[in-house]
Amino acid sequence: MIDRRPTNDWPLLCVENLKVYFQSNGERARAVDGISFEVREKETVCIVGESGCGKTVSALSILGLIPTPPGEIVDGQIIFSGQNLIKLDEKEMQKIRGNHISMIFQEPLTSLNPVFTIEDQLGEAVKTHKSINAEELNRYCIQLLNDVGIPSPEQRLNDYPHQLSGGQRQRVMIAMALSCDPDLMIADEPTTALDVTVQAQILKLLRSIQQKRSMSILYISHDLGVVSAIAHRIYVMYAGIIVEQGNTDQIFRSTRHPYTQGLLASLPSLSKRGKRLYSIPGSVPNPAYKPAGCPFHPRCSHAILSCQDEFPEMCDYGEGHQARCPVLFKSKGYKGPNEMLKNTMS
Amino acid sequence: MESKNKNDHSILRIEGLKKYFPVRRGFLQKIHGWVRAVDDVSFEIERGKTMGLVGESGCGKTTVARLILKLLESDEGKIIFQARDISRFSEKEMKPYRKEIQIIFQDPFGSLNPRMTVGQCIEEGIRISGIKHASRRKERLEDLLKMVGMSPDSADRYPHEFSGGQRQRIGIARALSVEPSLIVCDEPVSALDVSIQAQIINLLKDLQDQLGLSYLFISHDLNVVGYLCNTISVMYHGHIMEFAPSEDIFNHPCHPYTISLLSAIPDPDPDKKWYVKLSNGPISDSDGVLEGCKYQDRCSIAETACRKDRMVFEKVGENHFVRCWKAAKNI
Repeated sequence: MIDRRPTNDWPLLCVENLKVYFQSNGERARAVDGISFEVREKETVCIVGESGCGKTVSALSILGLIPTPPGEIVDGQIIFSGQNLIKLDEKEMQKIRGNHISMIFQEPLTSLNPVFTIEDQLGEAVKTHKSINAEELNRYCIQLLNDVGIPSPEQRLNDYPHQLSGGQRQRVMIAMALSCDPDLMIADEPTTALDVTVQAQILKLLRSIQQKRSMSILYISHDLGVVSAIAHRIYVMYAGIIVEQGNTDQIFRSTRHPYTQGLLASLPSLSKRGKRLYSIPGSVPNPAYKPAGCPFHPRCSHAILSCQDEFPEMCDYGEGHQARCPVLFKSKGYKGPNEMLKNTMS
Repeated sequence: MESKNKNDHSILRIEGLKKYFPVRRGFLQKIHGWVRAVDDVSFEIERGKTMGLVGESGCGKTTVARLILKLLESDEGKIIFQARDISRFSEKEMKPYRKEIQIIFQDPFGSLNPRMTVGQCIEEGIRISGIKHASRRKERLEDLLKMVGMSPDSADRYPHEFSGGQRQRIGIARALSVEPSLIVCDEPVSALDVSIQAQIINLLKDLQDQLGLSYLFISHDLNVVGYLCNTISVMYHGHIMEFAPSEDIFNHPCHPYTISLLSAIPDPDPDKKWYVKLSNGPISDSDGVLEGCKYQDRCSIAETACRKDRMVFEKVGENHFVRCWKAAKNI
């Protein structure tokens, strides 16, 4: 394996034109339909989108966790540290999983093995990738639990997952993901099942870990609030494609795609009391029967005739901000998501 | 909590509601202690308005819902619905009231019978509401479906053929079929995507305006609650810690728990570095606090008095109450 650590101007992870399709019952679901994104060193990149947009499939593809069949990576590359992960065989992928790239999932209770102690599970990844004796391993596990803020770590090592709270289990999962000091951590909606105060602590923990360990995080979420709080850069996904990308400021202050605008406008808040919430008409298309042209056009108030036939290219607004809507790119006088809300109230 | 509104204005008034669950241990299943799931809960919902009940998991809000629906018997306290105290009603006495209070559940996938068509599901309620003629019942079914934004031909299909948001609409139509005056909404939008959530919230608001419905809206999502609710009760380990109109809860929160809940909401405004204000203390999940304020273990301003005395619900403003002597003193 070529172990070429990336420099600052070379992305740690570079996904190019990834396509993942699922075949079942004679239907071909185009779950991920040509996405490109990158994660640089010490960065938190968020992929945000609603259910069915393809964000989880994208994350699982990186680690080769898509069941094949019915899934298949039909196109694209996933370049990590100079290698195309898609071309690696299972043995080579195992050296990467848990070691250079680790992952934490949404539901810690189902992701932790109920019949093994915390110590067994924490130590498993370490034993797989490093040579270490039992005493050193025990000390290392205690240190890991300390790093993720679990009190009385010595006692917790002997516990089983069901004896811990949801927040503590998630911390254990994070500790497991950190155990081999990965370059990249993929987090798939890790706080969705947690209470808001526990969620806040977990997000704070991830931030501090990232700073201490110079790690990159790829964070998958549907929660725009969470994303705005932790992301350096954001990719917005819809129906298997990326519709907008930019840094947090650009996405939340000057969004340039009708879908992102619609999402932001439909978020409830105290300040919108008394006004009707904007809601995007229609619903997400079936991945096996996507509309021609722009997949969002049937629900889009800005759609023109050409949106039905031509697949939109990414339009560049500069400084890394891009959006896949030529209509808005060409129009003038766009102000922001509040504009959309005002228009729907008259 | 003094109720200044007499029976005309309030549709539901809860006074000192208690529900304790016994913890049994040992071979003889002796009572070892009590889980005080609902502990001296009092609030009021005005006719045609929405009260939000917020709190984290395990705080007792779903138990409160079950007590109001009389799916559980309370140990103490009063449930005054439309000026009648229904807390000790027998099953027979409750019968005419059952249709008045309905519920919408959180899980759109688990709350509809998979073996009944949508029409059959809603028709059960229509029959209970007493419409005699079959053609009139069919009309009513179509009206209900249209009211919730579903097409009339949904009636012949089964729940699994619909999306989460659509099933939630069906659940709402079912609740409306018996013409209730109060609907308990138990986290009705938590399992839905952002864009669908907005549709359902708008629907609930429209129905309230059209039909004069009152809602008890249970949620852990403060943004939804702040948008939709007129008043908010903040619950923690069985106690209501703070009650106030929504604007006051957000703009002038008093109780340390309310303040910590609000500061934990990730703010989409990138300028507000919300995470900086968070406390570092571990969250204890135990209900082991037997004396004094239930929040003492997590509270940043707790003192000796907090560990011994029973905290009383004190008035701190126009329709604003807080269960914290320190917060009340600082106003």
